[in-house]
Amino acid sequence: MTKSEFLQNLCTSLHGLSEEDIKKSVDYYEEMIDDRMEDGKSEEEAVSGLGTVEEIKDVILEDIPISKIVKEKMKPKRRLKAWEIILLILGSPVWIPVTVALIIVALVIYLCFWIVILCLYISDFAIFFSGFGGVIGAFAQENGFNTGLFLAGCGVTLIGIAILLFFGFTKISQGMLFVSKKIGLGIKRLFVGGKQK
Amino acid sequence: MENQMKRGLLDVCVLAAIKNEDSYGYQIVKDMSPYVEISESTLYPILRRLESSMMLTVRTAEHNGRLRKYYHITDAGRERLNAFREEWKELMQIYEFVTKEET
Repeated sequence: MTKSEFLQNLCTSLHGLSEEDIKKSVDYYEEMIDDRMEDGKSEEEAVSGLGTVEEIKDVILEDIPISKIVKEKMKPKRRLKAWEIILLILGSPVWIPVTVALIIVALVIYLCFWIVILCLYISDFAIFFSGFGGVIGAFAQENGFNTGLFLAGCGVTLIGIAILLFFGFTKISQGMLFVSKKIGLGIKRLFVGGKQK
Repeated sequence: MENQMKRGLLDVCVLAAIKNEDSYGYQIVKDMSPYVEISESTLYPILRRLESSMMLTVRTAEHNGRLRKYYHITDAGRERLNAFREEWKELMQIYEFVTKEET
């Protein structure tokens, strides 16, 4: 790929971001290619060493908040005509609640991730403490040695389960955070990018 | 290395790469690469992050008939580097503690 092809592709794939963001990114990679070529690399080498356009796009998108991307998408590219403004105002009882609802849904989904994680740890904590309680109960009860042994056994088992679950839950949480990040990136990708040649 | 940790360390490394004199993207990558793995693509978000948190400033200068961006460390950036030295002492203590049990 030549330098100009690469930069053109990058520009297209970032379509949807603010002009400033696109210009900054393209300028940066142009400077990098020029510097790499000045350092003795061929044009082909200088370009291919940077990675693919898609990889670069992901890196750039990761650092730009979704809200900014959506806002940029909503911004009218030209001045609105009078009738469009009237239509917008007349339509506001429809589109304002719909937009608000969409934002709330997005927030709730995000919140759900954290609530699930919180629930996992709370339940783990509960199991741990019931085990703890079982052990204490074994000594406190007055029904004889056998009952005590049974209670203590259950208690220790529960504590063991809680400790094992803790590691499992930590893995699950990490997985969920990873997934939520990927979903975020996926949403951003929906908004950004044009057809590449 | 764990992602979160590496991210923070790379920020500090970039600041260190420009602490003595202003530098440009490709030079920063070259200066850092003997010590830590970094590519031009990884550097880009770091530079932008450091710029928006005002740890460095950017100026454009002409070089061989084209434009090149030079990065200059700010006082806040130097403070970050100093803070890192303090953090490092703490980290070294943790390191000692972690490795002590292995011997």
